[in-house]
Amino acid sequence: MSPLLSISGLRISFVQYTRGLRRRETVAVAGMDLAADRGQVVALVGASGAGKTLLAHAVLGMLPPNASESGVITYDGAVLTSEDRRRRAGHEIALLPQSVDFLDPLATIGRQVRRSAQLAGRPESYAVAALADRGLGSEVLRRYPHELSGGMIRRVLVTMATMGDPQLILADEPTPGLPQADVTAVLRDFRALADDGRAVVLITHELRGALEVADSVVICRDGRTIETAAPADFTGDGPDLPPYSRALWQALPGNGFRVEQPC
Amino acid sequence: MTSALGSIGSRLIRLVLLLAAVAAASFALMAASPVDPVDAYVGGDIAAIGPEQRAQIAERWGLNDPPLERFGTWLANIARGDLGYSHTFNQPVADVIAGKFLTSLALMAVAWSLSGLIGFTLGVVAGVRRGRWADRVITWWAYTLSSAPTFWVGLLLLYAFSVSLQWTPICCAVPVGSIAGEVGLLDRLHHLLLPALTLSLVGIAPVTLHTRQAVAVAMASDYIAFARAQGERTFGLVLHHVLRNAAGPAVLLQFSSLGELFGGSVLAEQVFSYPGLGAATTAAALGQDVPLLLAIALFTTVFVYVGNQLGDLVHAWLDPRTHRAEVTA
Repeated sequence: MSPLLSISGLRISFVQYTRGLRRRETVAVAGMDLAADRGQVVALVGASGAGKTLLAHAVLGMLPPNASESGVITYDGAVLTSEDRRRRAGHEIALLPQSVDFLDPLATIGRQVRRSAQLAGRPESYAVAALADRGLGSEVLRRYPHELSGGMIRRVLVTMATMGDPQLILADEPTPGLPQADVTAVLRDFRALADDGRAVVLITHELRGALEVADSVVICRDGRTIETAAPADFTGDGPDLPPYSRALWQALPGNGFRVEQPC
Repeated sequence: MTSALGSIGSRLIRLVLLLAAVAAASFALMAASPVDPVDAYVGGDIAAIGPEQRAQIAERWGLNDPPLERFGTWLANIARGDLGYSHTFNQPVADVIAGKFLTSLALMAVAWSLSGLIGFTLGVVAGVRRGRWADRVITWWAYTLSSAPTFWVGLLLLYAFSVSLQWTPICCAVPVGSIAGEVGLLDRLHHLLLPALTLSLVGIAPVTLHTRQAVAVAMASDYIAFARAQGERTFGLVLHHVLRNAAGPAVLLQFSSLGELFGGSVLAEQVFSYPGLGAATTAAALGQDVPLLLAIALFTTVFVYVGNQLGDLVHAWLDPRTHRAEVTA
C-alpha cells in the first residue's frame, strides 16, 4: 500500500526576465522527497527560505504561473496533475495556516466561513454548526478578523481548513512568538487531526515543537530534503541521528549550543 | 449617536474655517491684482466717461475705503446670502452659479463615474494579470493618458469624432440656434458625450495605476493564498476578496480628485464651448468679473470639501478597521 501522499524528486524553479529579455532561472526547490500516511504527523523542518511553503503550494496546485515544476506527487496511489490538485484543494487536501494574516481583513468571519463551506460543497448552516463545534457562537459571525483574539482566529482557521473533511492537511507553522501554552494547544490540534485518520504534514522551522507530535521528521535545507529521522532518536547527544540532524539537534540552546563545523 | 452628531459638527466647523481662509486669500489676491474694477465695469464705453464719473462710481462702490473695511462689507453681504451682481452675465451671481453648475454637474458626474468605473476595472485587470501582456498594455496606456493634457486630448477627440467622422456635435450643450428649454434629453446627452469622455480620460490613469498596485498587493497576500488553498479560482478571488480590498485607494483617490475634475472641466468646457461653470470661470476671469470669480472660488471650496468628506465616509464603510473602536468586545 502506498502512502496517502508521496512526493519524490520535487523540483521547482522560477523563470524571471531581468533587464531586456535576458532569462534567469532561479531554483527554489532542488529535490524534495516526502511521504505521509493516514494517522501520521510528518514534520518538514528547515530554515526559512528552504522551500517548505513552496512544497505545500505545489501539492495544492497553486504555484505562480512563472514557476515550473518537475518530480512526481502521488495522492492515494495516483499521480496528481496540476488540475487534479486544484480540484482537490479545499476538499481532500487543505492548508491550515495559523495567523490572522490568512483571513481577509475586510470580510466578516461569517462571510468567510460561509464562502469556505460553499467551496467545500456544504450548506451554509454547516459552517455555522462547525464554528459552534469549536466553541465559537453566532456573535462571532458579524465580527471582523481584527476583532478576534489569536485563539479565536486559530479556531476559525481550523474550522475553515477542515470544512471539506480533508484527508491530507498541510499545516503551516505555529506563529513564531506564540506563548508556549498556545504552541502546545496548536500542536495538540495537529495530533488530533492525524489521530482522526488524516495525514498531517507539519511545516515548521521549530525542531523542538515538531518532536512533540511528529511520527517522523524530514529535515530540509537549501531546497532539498536531506535526512529523515525518527523523533525518538533526538535524545541526549543524538548518537543514532544522521549527521545534519545531529548537528541541528546539538546546536539547540538546551543541548549545548554546539556548532561543530559550518555545514 | 452623539458621536455622529459631534463628528458632523466638527466637520462643519472645519468647513467654515476653510471658507474663511479661502475668502481672505482670494480677496487679498483680487485687491492686489492690477485689475481696475471701474475699467472692467465700464468696458467698451471707456471713452464716453470722464474722470468725475469714474470718481463717482468709485465712491459709490466704496473703492476708496481701506481694504479691511471692504473685506468686512463683502463678508457681511455674503453672510446675508448676497453674492453680488455679475456684469459678464447680467445676472445675480447666485443665479449664474446655480444655472452653470447644473450644466457642469451633468458633465462632471458623467466624467467622474466613467473614469472611476473604467479606471477601477482596468486597474483590477492589470493587477490580477500583473506582468502579462494585458497588464503591459494597460499600464502603457495609463502612462500615456496621464502625460496627455486635457485640452490636447479634447482637440484630438473633437477632430476625430466631430470634424472627420461627424458623429458628435462640434460645440455647445444644445444644438446651435435652439432654445435651451425645448431641447430633448437625447440631444443633451449627444452634446455631453465628447466633453465628458475627454474629462474622464484624464481621470482614468491615476485610478488605474493606484488600483493596479492595490490589487497586486492583495493578490500577493496570505489571505489570498489561503483562499486559493480552499479551492477558490481567480474569478472567485477577485469577486470575494480583491475587489473590496482594492477599492479603498480608488475611492479615496476618486473623491479627492474633485478639485482636479473641476480644473479639467475649465479646460474641457473651453475646448468644446460647453457653457458650464468652467467656461463661466474663464469668462469671469477674462471679463474681470470680481464678484463672480470670488463666488466661484468659495463654491468650489465647498464642492471639493464635501467630496473629500464623502470619500472619508465611503472609505470608513469599506474598511471597518478605520472605525473608532466602538464595535469591539
